Amino acid sequence: MIRFTKVSKQYTRGGPALENVSFHLRRGEFAFLTGPSGAGKSSILKLVYIDERPSSGEVRVDGKSSVTMTPREIPRLRRRLGVVFQDFRLLEDRTAEQNIAFALEVTGTPHAAIAPRVARALTQVGLSSKGTALPHELSGGEQQRVAIARALVNDPLVLLADEPTGNLDERATRSIFQLLRDINAAGTAVLMATHDLDLVRDTGLRSLELNKGRLVYDSGAENQEATL
Amino acid sequence: MRLAFREALRAFQRSPVLSALSVTTIAFSLFAFGLFGLVALNLRNALQQVEDRVEVRAFVAEGTSPEATSAAVGDVALFPEVASVRLVTEAQALERARRELKEFEDVFDAGILPASIEVRLKPGLRDPETVRDVARRLQLYDFIDDVRFGEEWVENLFRLRNIATGAGIALGATFALVALIIIGSTIRMAVLARSREIVIMRLVGATDGFIRAPFLIEGVLKGTLGGILALVLTWVAAELTGRWVMQVTWFDPQIAVAGVLAGALLGLLGSALAVGRHLRKA
Repeated sequence: MIRFTKVSKQYTRGGPALENVSFHLRRGEFAFLTGPSGAGKSSILKLVYIDERPSSGEVRVDGKSSVTMTPREIPRLRRRLGVVFQDFRLLEDRTAEQNIAFALEVTGTPHAAIAPRVARALTQVGLSSKGTALPHELSGGEQQRVAIARALVNDPLVLLADEPTGNLDERATRSIFQLLRDINAAGTAVLMATHDLDLVRDTGLRSLELNKGRLVYDSGAENQEATL
Repeated sequence: MRLAFREALRAFQRSPVLSALSVTTIAFSLFAFGLFGLVALNLRNALQQVEDRVEVRAFVAEGTSPEATSAAVGDVALFPEVASVRLVTEAQALERARRELKEFEDVFDAGILPASIEVRLKPGLRDPETVRDVARRLQLYDFIDDVRFGEEWVENLFRLRNIATGAGIALGATFALVALIIIGSTIRMAVLARSREIVIMRLVGATDGFIRAPFLIEGVLKGTLGGILALVLTWVAAELTGRWVMQVTWFDPQIAVAGVLAGALLGLLGSALAVGRHLRKA
């Protein structure tokens, strides 16, 4: 579903962000992107939601190629992806419900369909009682749940999470991670960038380790070779 | 579209101070333009009034038959440049001189002033060249002694008019450009203040057109409000000038409406440029 083939990314300023990266994330899979700061984790996520295009190589997402994709096709693709960040990126002057509804409104969802889908997403992240709260009235963990609900409300194929627990204490981190695993268990693929190795350890989940823009280890590579 | 309107209004509600500042900035830059327009309009009217007085006077030789003069008046009336022709007889000339120059009443005797054909030209055809040409054609009648039209005066008047027009266009364009830059920057500030929202909209799959719409509506609303406020300010300035300094001609209603529409258009353009730049950069 997400396939990187010999992808390199060079920003105009600074050195190469990614060099010759290839991997394949299948439908319903959960994979970590690990590595120190500046290793290229965020660059990979940006290439998936086409915030950036590769300098060379090809990124294919849900059958669409980064090489041939027109600017008009990008919004359509993003509606099939959910993205969450370390800093939540919620609109501060809107309630949790309104933040989630926003994702549906901007994609032209019929008005009548919005409220039930928002309620469902809130229930899914365990915040059904906090729909009318403003972001500043919620804890960090709760804000991240709202952001996840917003990412889920369009029923994405994959949830991209860029250090989603980076701003959270350990308890909130565990609970957000569990939520992401539940979401994955329900069928949504998850690609999560993190530098928290404690979180990755012993999960048995696939881990793609990056260092200085290179993919240095892929724990799922052997399995993949077998299934390809 | 309904959502775009709601988002535009929400922007006003959310940051009332910034919105009020934008509207006021737009209003004052349009007010400066409006004041300039008012000065230009009144200057043009004043020049028009002077220009209306441009007249070619052909003096008829003594002893010319009334038939010949009447025939000439008929001919001249058919010149394409001519708006009106009037025959002033010797008696009428005397009476007018006595009326207009009362202190010299006794100096004027019957027969001292000749009869004349007075020609007024159509608006737009009162430039020195046309006036000179009409004068030359009048001179061709053998019973015409002399033709006068204040050559130097007409030339000075037209030089003044050309200077006023040139300066008007240059100043007007400068004011409009300054207004556009100020409005563009003001709206850019509003766009930057909402850059986070734009990022989120893009992230969840909003098209650029969808992102743009509320900003364009906001720009039009601010431009229209600024335009109305500028119009009110200009009206107050004209009223105060009328009360304390001199009578001022106010804009025609169409011009006033065009002014407000120009505000709306500037708001739309400023927004389109600011948000377009932001979207390209983001």
